Amino acid sequence: MWLLKLSWKNMWRNRNRTAITMTAVFFSVILSILTNSLQEGVFDNLIKNVVSFYSGYIQIHKTGYWDEQILDNTFENSQELQDQILQLENIDAVTPRLESFALASSDTLTKGCMVIGILPGKEDAITQLKNKVTEGNYLSDGDLGIMMGEGLARRLKLELKDSVVLIGQGYHGAMAVGKYPITGILSFGQPEMNDQSLYMTLANAQVLYSAENRLTSYVIGLENTNDLDPTAENIRSSLGDGYETMTWEEMMPEVVQHIRTDKGSMVIIQLVLYMLIAFGIFGTLLMMMVERKYEMGMLVAIGMKKFKLMQVMMLESLFTVLSGCILGILASIPIVVYLYKYPIRFKGQLAEVYEEFGFEAIFPTSTNPEIFLNQGILVLILGLILSLYPIVKIARINPVNAMKK
Amino acid sequence: MKTVIDAHNISKTFNPETIPIHAVRDVHLHLERGEFTALVGPSGSGKTTLLNMLGGLDKPDKGNILINGVDITSLTPNALIDFRLKNIGFVFQSFNLIPVFTARENVELIMQLQHRSKSEIEERVRTLFQEIGLEDKMDTRPAQLSGGQQQRVAVARALASKPQFILADEPTANLDSKSATKLLDIMAKLNEEENITFIFSTHDPRVIKRARRVITLVDGQVHSDTGPIDTSSDHFNTIEKE
Repeated sequence: MWLLKLSWKNMWRNRNRTAITMTAVFFSVILSILTNSLQEGVFDNLIKNVVSFYSGYIQIHKTGYWDEQILDNTFENSQELQDQILQLENIDAVTPRLESFALASSDTLTKGCMVIGILPGKEDAITQLKNKVTEGNYLSDGDLGIMMGEGLARRLKLELKDSVVLIGQGYHGAMAVGKYPITGILSFGQPEMNDQSLYMTLANAQVLYSAENRLTSYVIGLENTNDLDPTAENIRSSLGDGYETMTWEEMMPEVVQHIRTDKGSMVIIQLVLYMLIAFGIFGTLLMMMVERKYEMGMLVAIGMKKFKLMQVMMLESLFTVLSGCILGILASIPIVVYLYKYPIRFKGQLAEVYEEFGFEAIFPTSTNPEIFLNQGILVLILGLILSLYPIVKIARINPVNAMKK
Repeated sequence: MKTVIDAHNISKTFNPETIPIHAVRDVHLHLERGEFTALVGPSGSGKTTLLNMLGGLDKPDKGNILINGVDITSLTPNALIDFRLKNIGFVFQSFNLIPVFTARENVELIMQLQHRSKSEIEERVRTLFQEIGLEDKMDTRPAQLSGGQQQRVAVARALASKPQFILADEPTANLDSKSATKLLDIMAKLNEEENITFIFSTHDPRVIKRARRVITLVDGQVHSDTGPIDTSSDHFNTIEKE
């Protein structure tokens, strides 16, 4: 107890110095949490846009479909198969899709698009597609209309209630032609989805592509998205070789690569931040050792074991670092929560640049408690490592030399 | 009388390989319990080095030192720290109280290191502050005490562990005359009434006058070992000049 008391009191021996060190730790922790939180938030948003709102976390296709995405590589829809998948662990929902390409035409304009045939109710349960409707209505079962991304509508100069003509190739080389009224306009966070996607009911899509009861994929909704790989493995072993089960990471390696690269560059920024913290703490420890060399020599002379003195110094460093760290974490919480609720949005040209690269120009933060905890632990470890300096100095202290003035 | 310190033929040389300085040379010393001894001599005569060796802070190059029969020159560094804690009290020239602790906490520190019980610590602290006459300053920080008061607290700290003897390195050097007299009165009283052994290194005639034994060092060797001496005598002045 008295060791704690001595350390605590020593910490306030030079108030200005302690305050400066604590402030350095305080701001570094805030900066570190903010950069981490923004990075995680942006990635979460990216994954949410791409994965949750479109691909789903896992998809099942006929083996070979992903390498050659043509309608000849479809499989037959089967309630039995869906039930088999639903019985597996961590599976929340299954929805069938038939996806293919087509040329979408208005009066004078034509653009390639991705036609996605869905079961409206089940699709919404997994991808919350209904929330993306900005004009008109969400599809219903038996609906003869289509919904399209706002970017596609803009490019084709089409509006709600206009008609769009689709021309493509169907199952086994059949012609695919149809004319559909636009009953809904969708807005996606991901620009690519806005510019290319066109939704219709599964039945309509199967008629368009002459692919009766055929599907390109089952999109799987998970109870716990953290157990992605084990769940995929479980599906693989349950369905056998006729089907390929792919996680979103396997389907979109470019997204995974982007996240990895971005995280790598963030590591460098964080290293600079931690170096700043480290120099701040080390400077304090250095001055502290010079100032208190005599006193430490005296304490060893009167009978304080070096180990006890080391404990005192270690506790002092920890108190200083921990205090700055805790204050930094507390101060960063309202900032992170605010930016989570009201994310930074880029506008104008900067936003266009982001969208050109396929990203929504929005920067929400992540409120994942792990970010706060990890920063605390990292700075604490840093403090512990740096406190090795006074420990080494104390281990070598000779009371007679230390007390020489 | 019980022997407290028995030093045999101790020597200490600094910089033995470059420019050797023979700080202490072949000193024999024998101190009994209850002695009130002053180590005197000119600057550089080896007083502090001898005191450091007697206190186990420094090791002699030659010879051995027995304290209460224990040869401290053969103890490991850790065992030596433990030995100092239990057997030796230190009073330094510049008081060396911990500035962030109160006077009471400074005195308690030694007993905390000895793992004494709370009640024992409280009782001992009260007694010690009564003895040094600073009961009303127990909760005052060193910076708010005068030099003399700080040195009295340092004496209380040195006594806290109930040591075999107290080593005081120039205890009155930084004190005014009144504070020095008061400090010496307290130490003399503790010596007489509680039979506590004191060894001072000093230049201060006021301390030397009060000592019952005066050991004079010149060039690291014992020049004389006498009873009380007259500090106005030619003999004393010659040594001081040397």
